[in-house]
Amino acid sequence: MNEPIVKIRGLKKNFGSLQVLKGIDMDIDQGQIFALIGASGSGKSTLLRTINQLEEVTEGEIWFDGELVNQKLPHRQREAHLNRLRQNIGMVFQHFNLFPHLTAIENVTMAPLMLGRVNKAEAIEQAKKLLDKVGLSDRGDYYPSKLSGGQKQRVAIARSLAMNPKLMLFDEVTSALDPELVGEVNRVMKALAEEDMTMIIVTHDLRFAEDVSDHVIFMADGLVVEEGPPSLVFRAPQEDRTKSFLQQVFND
Amino acid sequence: MGLDFSILPAYADILWQGTLWTIALTVLSMVFSLAGGVVFAVLQLSRHAIIRWPVAGFAWLFMGTPLLLQLFLIYFGLVQIGLDLNAFVAGVIALSLHFAVYNSEIIRSAIVAVDKGQYEAARSLGLSQFQAMRKAIVPQAVANVTPALGNMMIALLKESALVSVIGVMELTLSAQRAISDSFRPFEFYIAAGAIYYVLNLGLEQAVRVAERRSAQYR
Amino acid sequence: MDFALIGRIWPFFAEAAWVTIEVSMLAIILGLILGFAAALASLSRNVLLRWPARAYVSVFRGTPALIQLFLLYFGGPQIGINLGPFEAGVIGLGINIGAYMCETIRGAILSVDKGQTEAGRCLGLGQAQVMRRVILPQAARMMVRPLGVNAIALIKGSAIVSTISVLELSYTAHRYISSTYKPFEMFILASIFYLAIVTVFSFGVKKIDERVALES
Ligand SMILES: Nc1ncnc2c1ncn2[C@@H]1O[C@H](COP(=O)(O)OP(=O)(O)OP(=O)(O)O)[C@@H](O)[C@H]1O
Ligand SMILES: [Mg+2]
Repeated sequence: MNEPIVKIRGLKKNFGSLQVLKGIDMDIDQGQIFALIGASGSGKSTLLRTINQLEEVTEGEIWFDGELVNQKLPHRQREAHLNRLRQNIGMVFQHFNLFPHLTAIENVTMAPLMLGRVNKAEAIEQAKKLLDKVGLSDRGDYYPSKLSGGQKQRVAIARSLAMNPKLMLFDEVTSALDPELVGEVNRVMKALAEEDMTMIIVTHDLRFAEDVSDHVIFMADGLVVEEGPPSLVFRAPQEDRTKSFLQQVFND
Repeated sequence: MGLDFSILPAYADILWQGTLWTIALTVLSMVFSLAGGVVFAVLQLSRHAIIRWPVAGFAWLFMGTPLLLQLFLIYFGLVQIGLDLNAFVAGVIALSLHFAVYNSEIIRSAIVAVDKGQYEAARSLGLSQFQAMRKAIVPQAVANVTPALGNMMIALLKESALVSVIGVMELTLSAQRAISDSFRPFEFYIAAGAIYYVLNLGLEQAVRVAERRSAQYR
Repeated sequence: MDFALIGRIWPFFAEAAWVTIEVSMLAIILGLILGFAAALASLSRNVLLRWPARAYVSVFRGTPALIQLFLLYFGGPQIGINLGPFEAGVIGLGINIGAYMCETIRGAILSVDKGQTEAGRCLGLGQAQVMRRVILPQAARMMVRPLGVNAIALIKGSAIVSTISVLELSYTAHRYISSTYKPFEMFILASIFYLAIVTVFSFGVKKIDERVALES
């Protein structure tokens, strides 16, 4: 068995005196699809953001692709380390965070071009393929303000994929969308999952979580309360807190 | 010629007097510019064009021209029409008029912005027109204008240095007097600047307190 | 109103207006450069950049521009800085407005949504790259109008260089008031030029603002 691509040990995170993550352990293998569920404020986003170091870690270790993510380094070296790390980890946000001053295709080509990975023709070629893949081949020249929420989110996914990441993080990427636009974004994630991309998906959409993931983690108050394959966690939860959470959500 | 700050204490008295005059000049001009700002604002909201227009024209002229020029107009203009006021009075008038115009813009937009609904709600609670103004409209409007008016007052303190050119013996001119006696401009302008800086810090503090006090009505 | 007098001397005011324009434009350019540099420095994590930038803004916004100008022009020679009135006027005004422009630019940069930085950093771009390609292009759009307000304040504020004998509009007005005893006429005459300069400048700012807003 190979080393897991993401390995988390004893992860704790404090915001001031507030402890948001209270000791998380996690192993994600290459190609696995993790769904992270739990009540609002349970620490899902924070966990996701520590993996690519948008949040610093208070205690514990995060390993990615055999390298310790939260190394103590002098500033310059740490920046270089983070840039390299993040080039391999894509992240998609609830509020898209597309660059409003760039067209869809420019959003996708910017990072590969700036980092000198490809020349301009290659970057455009690749961006067109990616936009095609997310179903937006005809929207390349549109500015984000002219796109619907679902289209923006698909551009954001294409933008992340342009760096050829080994891991994709999704933080409630359909929560800000009108209900009729959720499907098109979910379909893109599903297609990605079928291509063996390693993914961690934070979502409140439990049906989608069950459909797409092969491992579910239920978090409450900064701890992993229950985890396992979706069939077990959703159909036969063991813990009372999981049961009451699922009951609450499915009754809504 | 090197720098020698040890010369300053010998002129402490004239600088101190100048500081007091600057404070007096600033405080008086603040009061008049705020009162004037309210008056201009109300006049500009008048239903009668014959009142609105001249005030608007005056505001336009004073917002588009330098304070220094207005100072010349008022100081020499008043002499021209036979009112030989002393420089201090002319300085207060010029600063007050100049800042009253800016203040009135702030106050006017605040009055317009206070929701008409607020007024109607207050009236429907059975408050008289006067009570509605006093209890609902004014405190909110004051809270809304305090930060911007505060910035104006902070600007006023610094602009007050300009009245030195018409011979008001405030801090800047006091420093100049000390310089013409000692031939040490660098030291005295640094000293005057430091005093202005401290006054400015104090004023900023006061404005912040006023902001916090008034914010509770928002 | 002495129209004959106005008719006779207005060309001198027109000439002086050019000096006002020259002093103001050069000071605005200097102010923009200083303001940008100070804004970036004040946002740096390096205290050796941050601290001097903050001090610059605090001191030059905390004291009268007139004192700063006098210190430079009259006090400068004491520390080996010998400037003519025009140069001192431009530099004094430029340093002063730069402190205000720094705050404007800083505010615009800080008002760009934090998610933009995060998105850029998540792609593996460095801090400077994100600043240059993500934050500044967006901040630039937001700063056109407030920088225009700073610049217009400077055009009017440039009158103070008359006190160090730069032969601009206010100096000319003052001189003719002293020689003709017609303060009202001289005020109106100078005002016409100031209002014209400010109006044209505001129009230019508006056009630039519309232009950059269109590009998205
Ligand atoms: N930057 C921060 N500073 C202080 N507290 C924070 C910060 N970010 C998050 N928190 C707190 O940490 C806790 C966990 O937040 P987090 O965003 O991780 O929850 P979540 O599970 O993603 O919730 P949601 O479903 O609402 O997105 C919350 O109590 C939140 O208020
Ligand atoms: Mg969250």
